[in-house]
Amino acid sequence: MKYDVIVIGGGPAGLAAALAAKENGAQEILILEREKELGGILNQCIHNGFGLHTFKEELTGPEYAARFIDRVKEENIPYLLSTTVIDLARQENGVTVTAVSRENGLMTLEGSAAVLAMGCRERPRGALNIPGTRPAGIFSAGTAQRLVNLEGYLPGREVVILGSGDIGLIMARRMTLEGAKVKCVAEIMPYSGGLKRNIVQCLNDYGIPLKLSHTVVDIRGKERVEGVTIAQVDEHNKPIPGTEEDYSCDTLLLSVGLIPENELSRGIGVELSPVTNGPKVNESLGTNIPGVFACGNVLHVHDLVDYVSEEAAEAGKNAARYAAGSGTQEGVEIPVETGGAVRYTVPSRICPDRMEEELVVRFRVGKNMRNAWVCVYAGEKELLRRKRPVMAPGEMEQVKLKKEDLKDALSLRVCTEE
Amino acid sequence: MKEYDIVVAGAGVIGCATARELSRYTGSVAVLEKNADVCEGTSKANSAIIHAGFDAEPGTLKAKMNVRGNQMMDQLSKELDIPFSRCGAFVVCLREEELPKLRELYERGLKNGVEGLSLLSGEEARRLEPNLTKEVCGALYAKTSGIVCPFELTLGLAESAAINGVRFYFETPVLSLERQGEKWLVHTPKEDFLAKAVVNCAGVHSDELHNMVSEKKLKIQVRKGEYCLLDKSAGKHVGRTIFQLPGKYGKGVLVSPTIHGNLLLGPTAEDVEDRENVRTTASGLQDVLEKSALGVKDVPTRQVITSFTGLRAHELGDDFVLGEAAPGFFDAAGIESPGLSSAAAIGESLAAEIAQKLALGKKEHFDPIRRGVPKLKEMSLAERRKMIEKNPAYGNIICRCEEISEGEILDAIHGVLGAKTLDGVKRRTRAGMGRCQSGFCSPRVMEILSRELSLELSQIRKNQDGSQIVLTRTRGE
Amino acid sequence: MPIIELTCISCPLGCPLKVETDETGNVKGVTGNTCKRGEEYGKKEVSAPVRTVTSTVRLTGGAAPVVSVRTKTDIPKEKIFACMAEIRKASAAAPVHIGDVILDNIADTGVALVATANVEKRA
Repeated sequence: MKYDVIVIGGGPAGLAAALAAKENGAQEILILEREKELGGILNQCIHNGFGLHTFKEELTGPEYAARFIDRVKEENIPYLLSTTVIDLARQENGVTVTAVSRENGLMTLEGSAAVLAMGCRERPRGALNIPGTRPAGIFSAGTAQRLVNLEGYLPGREVVILGSGDIGLIMARRMTLEGAKVKCVAEIMPYSGGLKRNIVQCLNDYGIPLKLSHTVVDIRGKERVEGVTIAQVDEHNKPIPGTEEDYSCDTLLLSVGLIPENELSRGIGVELSPVTNGPKVNESLGTNIPGVFACGNVLHVHDLVDYVSEEAAEAGKNAARYAAGSGTQEGVEIPVETGGAVRYTVPSRICPDRMEEELVVRFRVGKNMRNAWVCVYAGEKELLRRKRPVMAPGEMEQVKLKKEDLKDALSLRVCTEE
Repeated sequence: MKEYDIVVAGAGVIGCATARELSRYTGSVAVLEKNADVCEGTSKANSAIIHAGFDAEPGTLKAKMNVRGNQMMDQLSKELDIPFSRCGAFVVCLREEELPKLRELYERGLKNGVEGLSLLSGEEARRLEPNLTKEVCGALYAKTSGIVCPFELTLGLAESAAINGVRFYFETPVLSLERQGEKWLVHTPKEDFLAKAVVNCAGVHSDELHNMVSEKKLKIQVRKGEYCLLDKSAGKHVGRTIFQLPGKYGKGVLVSPTIHGNLLLGPTAEDVEDRENVRTTASGLQDVLEKSALGVKDVPTRQVITSFTGLRAHELGDDFVLGEAAPGFFDAAGIESPGLSSAAAIGESLAAEIAQKLALGKKEHFDPIRRGVPKLKEMSLAERRKMIEKNPAYGNIICRCEEISEGEILDAIHGVLGAKTLDGVKRRTRAGMGRCQSGFCSPRVMEILSRELSLELSQIRKNQDGSQIVLTRTRGE
Repeated sequence: MPIIELTCISCPLGCPLKVETDETGNVKGVTGNTCKRGEEYGKKEVSAPVRTVTSTVRLTGGAAPVVSVRTKTDIPKEKIFACMAEIRKASAAAPVHIGDVILDNIADTGVALVATANVEKRA
C-alpha cells in the first residue's frame, strides 16, 4: 500500500504535522518514531513553560506532548515506535522510506508525501575543541537531562555549565534542586542564548552566576572530571591570558548549540541552508524535493514548542494537499532576502500564487537589539514596519505577510533597521 | 598464583600481535594488561597509518619491521575481519630547494625494499589530489601505504589469540619481576604469575619493566601528539594520506582519510615528562589546524568532531628494542612510529625467538580466522533484512549517528573479549563515535551494559575504574 | 520612591518591569509590562514571590523508575527546598496518569503535587 503522508519523527513537530494532515483529508498517515514513546524530547523536558500560546496555560513538556499524543490516538493515526528510518529516496510519485525495528524488521514504505520532523541534536565538546583531558563527567545538557529526569540518576555533584542555551539554564536549576552545586554558567557570547525568564528563574533564583564572554579553556581529571578552567574572551572569542579562573567540579555540562539532524534529508538531496543547517523551504514548507516537507527543529532550531506545533501543522496540511494533488503547484517562487541583523528566514522563498491569505515568516537576529524596526520590502516598496522593544539571538521572531501585498512582488527583503 | 609458559605484559597492538603469534605454538600464554580493555595506551591514539616503510634509516629494526609488517596486512586483515585500505600516501614538498630531500626519501624507500614508490611533480600530485595547495612542488607517492583502525586491529589480534588459547587478564598491571630459579615471578596487585618467559610490551612504560631486569638501561622519552578528527562530511577531502616533507616548518602534520571515512589531522610532537599526559592544549590544536593547511587547502576545520592526544614511546637509541634482554625476558620496547605498521612483524619475529628459546613446536590446529562484530550499515538491504530476521536486535538502532543496532552492541559485549565499558562498546561498534559523540546513545548503551552485565547503572564506567558515569539514583532504591 | 527592576517570567517575552513601591513596600504601580499577567507578576514578585516546582518522584512497578511531577499551582518561592525534601521522600505506584495527585498538601502550601506524565505498569 502507499501512504498519503509518512511523518518521520513522533516529537512535537511530527505529531502536529500528522494531526494537520488528517484534518486536511489525508487518509493513510504513518508516524515513524525511533524512541519507545511518542513525544520526542518533550518527554524529558519536565519543567513547565510550554503551551502558553497554544493552550493558554503553562504545561510541562510531557503534559504538552500528551495533549497531542491523545489526539493522535483519538484520530487513530497509526504510528510505529522504536523504528528508525535509515533511508529516504525519491521515486516517481513520492518517496520510499526504508526503516528498521526489532518488531517489523526492515521495512520499505511508500508515500505520496513525507514530512521531515527528525528534530535536532546537541553540539558536542569536540565541535568546540576544548583542550584538556577526556574523562567521564562531560555531558551535553540534554544527555544529563535524560539521565536525571527519565533514568533517575544523578550525573554529578559539583557542576560547571558551558553555554547558556535554554537546556543549560534549565539543567542548572534541575541539578540544584537535586542537591548538586552548580558553580557557574559560562557563556562565550556577550549575551545569553536562552530565554530571559530562564535566566531569572533558573539562575538568579538560586544565586548561580552567569559569566558572559567566558569559556572553558581547560578540563582536568584523568578518570573523572576534577576541575575546569574558565577564562574571559575578547571580541574575537579568544581567551584573554591572565583571566583564567579554576573551578573544581566533577561534572561539565555543555549547552553550546543545537544542530538540525538532516542526514536523511541530505541523502535524498534536500538542499540545506548553511545558516540554519536545515532544509531550505518555500511558503508551503516544501523542500526542493517534490513531496518532501520539513518542520520543527529539523528545519530550524526553535525557542518555543508552540511555534513548532504551529509550523508543523502547516507542513502537515501542505503534505496532505500535495498527496491529494489538490491546490496549485504552479507559480513562480520569489526569494526572501535578509538584511540588517536578520540571519535567515523560514521560508526562504515564497510563491505568492500558492500562499494563503496570510503567511508567517519566522527568523532570528544575530545580536541583541532594543527599539529596532523589523521591515519587509518588496523591491523598493515597504510592505511592513514594526517596532520591537527587544530582540535577541536566543528568541525567534516572526512577521505576517499578506497575499495581496505580494501580488506583483519580484523580490522580498526582511530586515531590521535601527 | 597462576603458571604459564609465557606472560606478555601489555595488551596494546604489540602485546596482542605477539600473543597471537605465540598462540601458533604449543606453549601456554597469558597477557596482563593494566587497563580495562585492549588498546588503551599508545596503540589507541595515533595516526592509524600502515606506513609503506620509506621513512626509517636502512638497516634499522624500524625499517625491517615496517616493510615486513606492511606486507603482512592484506592477509592479516582478512583473517581478522578488520577493515584495511591501501589508500596510498603522498609526502609533499613545499619548497623547491627541498626537492632533493624528497628524492633522498625515495631512495631510502628503495633501499628498504618498499615497492610502489614514485616521484611526482606538483602538477601530477594535484591532479590526483586536487586539494593540495599550490605550494606543493613535488611529492613522493607510496602506493602501499594504508589506513587501518588501530583498535580493531588490536582487538582482532587479541581475540584471535584468545580463540587460540591465550588468556587475558585486565586491570592487572605488572608491579615487579623476580627471578625464581629458571622462571620469572611476575607480581601484580591481584595475584602472582609464574612464567618461563616474559615479554615486555609495556609501551611508554617499557623502559621501567626492562630496567627491572637488565643492567643495560633504556630510557623512554614520552612524546605527545595532538590530533583533530573531522566529521565524515570532510572525509573525502583527500583520498590519500598526505604527509609533509620534514623541513623548514618542522616535521609537519598529516592530513589523512580514516578507515571509517573521517578526516584526521595531526600530530604535534612535544616531549613530556608525565607518562599519562593525554591532555590536549589550545596551542597544540591550533598548531594542528594551521600546519595541516600548508599542504592541503580548504581543510574544513569547522567540522572537527573531537580532538585527542596520543603518547609515543620514543627510546633514546632511536630504534625499536627487540629481543632477549635477560634470560627469558624479551623486549618489545621503544615502539613508536612505525610501531602500528610493524606490529604484525614484531609479533612474528619475537614469537619465533621465544619459541626457539622455550623449544616450543607449532600447534596442529591454529585457527587464524576471527570474526568481528557485523556491520549492518555496510550491508545491502537484502543482507540486512536477513540479519534482522535472524536476530531482531539488529533492527533496534541505538546509535543514530553511526546507525549501530542493539544486536551489534550485544555482539560486542558478548564477544570473545567482550566490552565491559562505554568506551569498550564504542570502539568495538562505533556507537557514540559519530556526530553527536554519544549524546543520544550513551544512556541507552549504559542501560544495555547494565542489563547484560548485571550491574547497576551507577557502576557503568567510561573506561577505567573511577570513570563511572552517573553517581547515584536520585530517588532511593 | 523605591523602584525595583525585574524581568517578567510569566511568558517567554521576558519584559523588563519596573515596580514602584512606597516606603512600606506596598506596590504603587508596574510599568514595562505588555500584558496583565506581567503586572500581576510584578506585584507578586516584590511582595510574595511564587514559583512552580517540577521534579520527579520514585515510581514502583512502572515502565520507568521515576515519574515527573509538578506543584499543581505556584507555591511560595521560599518553600521550594522544603517542597523538594518531600518530593525526595515521596513515591508512587504504577500506573500513574497525568493529574494524579501524589501528595495533597506539599510542604504545607495547600498545593497538591501531581503527576505530569503517563507511566503504565512494567510489562
